[in-house]
Order: sequence, then C-alpha cells, then structure tokens
Amino acid sequence: MWDQILQFLFTGVTVGATYALVALGFAIIYNASDVVNFAQGEFVMMGAMCAVFLYSGSGLPLPVALLLAVALTIVLGMSFQRFAIARARGASVVSTIIITIGASIFLRGVALLLWGKDILAMPHFSGETPIQLGRATLLPQNLWVMGGTGVMVLAVHYFFHHTTLGKAVIACSCNRTAAHLVGINVGLMMLIAYGLSAFLGAMAGVLVTPITFTSYDAGVMLGLKGFSAAILGGMGNPMGAVAGGLLLGLIESMAAGLISSGYKDAIGFVVLLLVLFLRPSGLFGKASAERV
Amino acid sequence: MSIRKNITASMGALCLTLAAGLVQAGDTIKIGSFLAVTGPASFLGDPELKTLQMYVQEINAKGGVNGKQLELIHYDTSGKAKEAVNFTKRLVKKDRVDLIVGGSTSGTTMAAIPIVEKNRIPFISLAGSVKIIDPVKKWVFKVPHTDRMAAAKIFADMKKRGLTKLALISGDGGFGKSGRAQTMELAPTHGIKIVADESYGKKDTDMTAQLTKIRDTDAQAILNFGFGAGPAIVTKNVHHLGIKLPLYQSHGVASKKYIALAGVAAEGVRLPAAALLVADKLADGEKQKPVLISYKSAFEAKHGAVSTFGGHAYDGLMIAVEALKRAGSADKAKVRDEIEKTQGFIGTGGVFNITAKDHLGLGLDAFKMLEIKGGDWVVVE
Repeated sequence: MWDQILQFLFTGVTVGATYALVALGFAIIYNASDVVNFAQGEFVMMGAMCAVFLYSGSGLPLPVALLLAVALTIVLGMSFQRFAIARARGASVVSTIIITIGASIFLRGVALLLWGKDILAMPHFSGETPIQLGRATLLPQNLWVMGGTGVMVLAVHYFFHHTTLGKAVIACSCNRTAAHLVGINVGLMMLIAYGLSAFLGAMAGVLVTPITFTSYDAGVMLGLKGFSAAILGGMGNPMGAVAGGLLLGLIESMAAGLISSGYKDAIGFVVLLLVLFLRPSGLFGKASAERV
Repeated sequence: MSIRKNITASMGALCLTLAAGLVQAGDTIKIGSFLAVTGPASFLGDPELKTLQMYVQEINAKGGVNGKQLELIHYDTSGKAKEAVNFTKRLVKKDRVDLIVGGSTSGTTMAAIPIVEKNRIPFISLAGSVKIIDPVKKWVFKVPHTDRMAAAKIFADMKKRGLTKLALISGDGGFGKSGRAQTMELAPTHGIKIVADESYGKKDTDMTAQLTKIRDTDAQAILNFGFGAGPAIVTKNVHHLGIKLPLYQSHGVASKKYIALAGVAAEGVRLPAAALLVADKLADGEKQKPVLISYKSAFEAKHGAVSTFGGHAYDGLMIAVEALKRAGSADKAKVRDEIEKTQGFIGTGGVFNITAKDHLGLGLDAFKMLEIKGGDWVVVE
C-alpha cells in the first residue's frame, strides 16, 4: 500500500510541477497587467516543438537545442507582447484576453503548418534507467522536472522580491500610472513579464516532453490545467499558483490511483469548484476589492 | 413526409441527371468523405485522405467508373463528433454525394449514422467499433476489423501462452470504450478473468498511477485498448515501472509511429493487426500478398511509411467502386445492394465476404498476431 502511495506521490509531483510552471506563467502576466494570457499553453508547446525539431532536424547536441528552443520561445513571447498586446494599448482587459485567445489559435495553426500534426518524442536528458525506491520507481527525467521547477520557482521568487527590476514589474501591476510617474518604463516591464512567462512555459515544455511527448495541440490541455492550478492557488499570487499546480497534480494522481482513474479529472475540477465556493480568491489569494 | 421528400429529391436528381447529360462536363460520381485529418486521430485520417486522393486520381486517369469521373469531396472533422454531424449533413444536403466513404473514428461514424440512414446514402465507415455494424444498419458498412475480433484474437493468443488473468487499461475515447466493452463481454466465454479495469483520458500524459494499481493485482498480462499517444505512454510507463507482464496492444497502434514513440519499451509487445504491416514477410502463395504489395509500394512511393489505416480507405473505396461497376449506375439503392453482395473481395484488411447479416465480412483469420522485435513486426503464429 505504501509503495503504491509513494508511486502516486512521485507521479503527482511530476505532473504537478508542470502545472505549476504553467500556472506561474499565468500568474506573472496577470500580476503585471491583470490579463489572463490564454496563449500560455502554446508557449509550452512552442518550446517543446522547437526543441524537438532543433534536435532531430538539425542534429544539434541536445543541450544546445534545448537552450535555443527556450530562447526562441522567449523571443516569441516578447514579440507577441510587442506586436499584438502593446498595439492594443488602452484596450480593456477583456479585449486583451480575447487577443490572447486569438494568439493561442494562431500559434497552434503556425505549429501545425510548420511541423505537421504528428505526435513527437524527445530523448530523456539522462537516460531512461528507472531509480528504485522500495517498490516505487522514479525516472531521472522526473528528477529533472522536479528540480528544474524548484530552481525556477526560487529564481522567480528572488526576482520579484529582491531585484529592482522585479519590484518595478510588481509596481506596474499595483498602479500603472503611478509607476509611470516615478519613472518606470511600463512598456518595457510588460515586455519582461511576457518574456518571463514564455521562458517558464518553454522550460515546462522541454522538461516534460521526454515523458509526455508533444504535438501541435499539446498546449490546450496544459493551458487549461495550468489555469485551473493558478485559480486554485489564487490568481495574483505566484507562489500560490505553484502550490495550486502541485496540489492539482497530486489530487489527480491520488484520485486515479486510490479512487477511480475514470473520475480523476472530475475529482480535480470538483476540488477546484469547492475551493472557489469556500474561498473565492483561491487558497492563497488575497481577497481583492474592486478597484474604482 | 419523408416519402414526399424523397420523391422531390429524386425528381430533383432526375432533372440534374438530365441537365448533366446535356452538359456532360458536370457528369461525375460524387464520393463524399469526412475524416479526422487533423487533431488527435490525425494518424488515421491523414493516410486515409492521401489514399483516397491517390486512388481516385488513378481511377480517373484510367477512365473513371461506368464512363464517369469520380469526384472526391472531403471534410476534416478533427475527430470531433459534432463536426462529423455538420459535414455529413453538408455532404448529403449541399454536395449531394452518391455515397460516403469515411469516418476515421468510431465516435464520428456513430454520430453520422442517423443522418445517412435517414437520407439513404450508402456509407462505408473506416472506423473500428463493432457497434457500427452490430446491430446491422441498412445503409452502413465498414471495412476495418472490429475491436471484438481484436479481443478474440488476443484471448486466443493468451490461451496459447497459458495466461488467464488479464488487467485491462483503456482510453476514454470511442475506440477505447468500445474495445473495453467488447473485452469485458467476450472474456468469460474464453475463460479469461479480468482482474483490473483502468482507464485514462485522451490527453493524459502519465498512466503510472493506473499501472501501479495493476502491478499489485495478480494479473498475468496487460491489455491496452486505445490509439494516439496514450498507448505509447502506457507502454513506456509499464517499462519504467519495471512491470514484466506480457503487454498486449490493440490494432489501434498498428503503425510505425507507435514503435518510434515507445522506443525500446515497445520490444516484446504483441498486437493483432492486418497483414499489410508484414506484407513483405508473407509467403508467396498467400492470396492477399499481391494486393498488399501493390498498395504498399504505391503509398510509400508518394507518402512514406504505410499504415493499416490508409489500407482501410483503399478497401472502402475499392469495394464502393466494384459495387458501382456492378450496379452500372450511381443509383443509391442499387449501389447499396451491390455492396451487400461483395464476395471474395481481396483488400488490404483481408478477404471480404459481405452479407445481409454481416456488413463487415471479415473472418478472424484476417488478423495476424504480431510481436515487436528489433523495432519491427514479426508474425508469431
């Protein structure tokens, strides 16, 4: 029994770590501009697809291909902000959200045309020999996912709380006009927020693809799960989003293992609904008053 | 009401035929198709469409059927049942096709059946579920082997290996669900006991939890019903969890893509599949061999590695073409009757003997039990 639970735990944390990275991306852009970026899942897909094609298409060594893929996705995220979001300056939050939905459909279409509709695989970073812990097993790639997520979460935390640049991004979310008045370049901060979100998405993509495969439409489900995780943790709170992601992953895996695999998604969403009933601002979110 | 509608429709058709007779150029036999060309089931719809296009072109180059050119009208459902309903209506009402060959997935096919039945259009489905033809529906036929046959073939192989306890894990799509139902229903009659019954979602990326549960049962073999990325992930997870039980997959993974995705984890996996996959390895005397080799080389010359799914499209189209030739016209009722009289047709899926009671017409021998060895299939019987 305990072996089983340990195994469910490993699975849950790995899957949850991916959700956490996607949720973190959601939270960062939401924090900076009150916008829910529905193209977040597509950043994950773009990172993964670029990596697969740079690796298998051009024969680059794996680490180089991964770095390039992440860099490309960051450029993509920034151009998305520059050419689609910034252009609609002054548009309401809802309009901007609709732009992001449009962008997600556009990116899926681009990926479909560029790379086709095949499901694609990527090699594991350090082999596929499972690590035995009792009767439970763990892949080296699971450790990569957990470790990678951990490092990035800490880095994001440090960035927002201990660097001037990070604090400037937060300032923009508190009050855009005031931030502008004290000399913060609001446009640049938005660019940074989107770049950072794209970076986190791409990292999630390249870390999990060896385990999960990828395809042009892989971003849809990840985006949805990441969004749920961000809501669960409290939308404006980056660390809450991470906790929400891990929690959602664990709930799914425990539900599949201990209750019924057929109902695992349903159980995840029921928990989400319950949380929203009892704490409408999420588990770790601060109750927000309507800004006038 | 529907009779009057039909009279009006046939009057309209008559006028059209007359008009077409005068104009000549518009005189074609319209073959409608709705396929999952994109989306999670694109590995079915993509080769199916390529096959249909390739052979329609070839038939037309040779002068067409009954002196008329074939016209292929196709739509992409992305594997969604709702789209299948829309496109089938469009094929019937707007494009006024003479017959339909399509429906990559069981879900889309089942959604389209009420429409073709109501409008009396011959429909040859390219999807797997036995529910499509059981109970028999007047206007609906299918060419791929059924999930019931796959289950029966797997049970026979298990018996040979002396295995009786089976753990089942299936996808929650139409194919997986139907396969699960057939497996459950058929198991007792073959003396097989199902000791675990797990499922996973279409887009799930990890099945470790389900397989961990299976590991702690007394199962002697695992059977996975599903297609797309799911079975490849199941195969990898089984390997990583160190589960040594024999793993059976269904004919849903009968393509090289599955082997490429699952890698070394696919070694030793067994699956029932059409002979097309092992065309080169068949004995020279086998009836199917010339058909298989000709389809395989034609497809591979243009589009890369062959899969059994494209083969289904070949079977469906050719059965339709033979029926059109025998009927001597594109009259829907006549064509339907002729499809039902198909006897001894050698296709890529096997030898078809369609009857009024069996709208598929394949025997269990149409399946070969294959094992994956060294990244390729080997026949194990």
